[in-house]
Amino acid sequence: MNRVVITGAGTINALGATVPETLQAMREGRLGIGPLHMRDLDRLSVKIGAQIKDFDPEIYFDRQKLALYDRVTQLTFMASREAMAQSGLEITDELSESTGVVLGTAAGGMNTWDDNFRSVYEDGKNRVHPFVVPKLMNNAAASHLSIAYNIKGPSLTVSTACASSNHAIGLAFQMVRSGMAQVMLAGGADAMLTFGGIKAWEGLRVMSKTACRPFSANRSGMVQGEGAGIFVLETYEGAKARGAEILAELIGFAMTSDAGDIVMPNQQGAVRAMRGALCDARLDPQDIGYINAHGTGTAANDKTECAAVQEAFGSHAQDLMMSSTKSMHGHLIGGTGAVELLACLMALRDGVIAPTIGYEHPDPNCALDVVPNVARQAKVRATLSNAFAFGGMNAVLALKAF
Amino acid sequence: MSVKDKVILIIAEQGLLDVADVSLSATLEDLGIDSLGVVESIFAIEEEFDIEVPFNANAPEESEFDISSVATIISAVETLVAEQT
Repeated sequence: MNRVVITGAGTINALGATVPETLQAMREGRLGIGPLHMRDLDRLSVKIGAQIKDFDPEIYFDRQKLALYDRVTQLTFMASREAMAQSGLEITDELSESTGVVLGTAAGGMNTWDDNFRSVYEDGKNRVHPFVVPKLMNNAAASHLSIAYNIKGPSLTVSTACASSNHAIGLAFQMVRSGMAQVMLAGGADAMLTFGGIKAWEGLRVMSKTACRPFSANRSGMVQGEGAGIFVLETYEGAKARGAEILAELIGFAMTSDAGDIVMPNQQGAVRAMRGALCDARLDPQDIGYINAHGTGTAANDKTECAAVQEAFGSHAQDLMMSSTKSMHGHLIGGTGAVELLACLMALRDGVIAPTIGYEHPDPNCALDVVPNVARQAKVRATLSNAFAFGGMNAVLALKAF
Repeated sequence: MSVKDKVILIIAEQGLLDVADVSLSATLEDLGIDSLGVVESIFAIEEEFDIEVPFNANAPEESEFDISSVATIISAVETLVAEQT
């Protein structure tokens, strides 16, 4: 069994175009949610989101690449370039076959679907660009990373709705730990802030029209975001041998299924996932100082998640901190766990706990320390990152300071 | 068919019930309709009457659209239909 460490991190999301920018925004409790900018906005009832602004893909990708890269792939590349640069890793021919990539996405190339459906249905065109299929397929981003970085080992994309990134990082962790791979790129992305993507979410009636206020009694639902988070995972031995800076150690992962409702969360499924991650990491509940919550800001999730933490942690639930950074960067759907893992890295490395912003009124159903509105200094040795997806698929990661 | 009869038909279909079994005083819960069923019923009402129903599943009790019983739903739909014309 190899020890697994993180040696690179990258992101782009509504809070920032890099990890330092994103962490600075989290420290300041800055809001990345605002009025949406897109065509046909007048036909949407939800008009807010955490959109990435000022991103011009033509600066970063040439014309041939852009013909193949949906926005979700572009965002994945922005994050992976940062992560790879930070890791200093060179994927040599020798390392290539024992390096892989596992990414999570819920919607894949949503912009490509949206644009081309509009073209054939609304505009009545009878011809689409020849690259539509390779551009929209859910594994496109993972494939392009494999091509760009000469990654020839195990590569795949997982799709478990809002837990996609946590499942992806967890699987990559298991692959490095078991020796199946020496190095893994892992994380996820989603870019479903399209007219069709927002319409679909509107239909469920769980979206807020005003703000994402997790755990606050006056919360009114979730707010969609977009973006990517990518991490370089490698064996501790490999990282040490090449003198890489180690950001944190991944020590546990568990996934469970509710076998219940297709959209309503389940306390027992969440409890089993958190306990499973603790057990896999060989941690006791009291070792955990911070949990990055799933914390969507819906009535159902927040109440269930808090009850699950109470059950899994017992009296220690009152001593630990749990925040939802979705209040700032929105819900990145399949990419959300990857961006949220950055809050765990900040807690472990910098001793800064990202806040839950937009918090106004205590809810007796969420009576935990949710780090309301203002970031906090605290020394934390180990953290969990929760993801509880539609479909009742739960994935929890455990990390330790290095 | 009246607004009332159309709403009852939609609710009956959602609850897999006979129209005769949908009493005006019943709650949707009484009729075996869960939260996802509520959202689906409201969608069906919007489609049937071509109206926008103000309803947030996060806080049903705070929504302007009162879903506490079959009767309140009918009354709320009647109001929305009247406002539209």
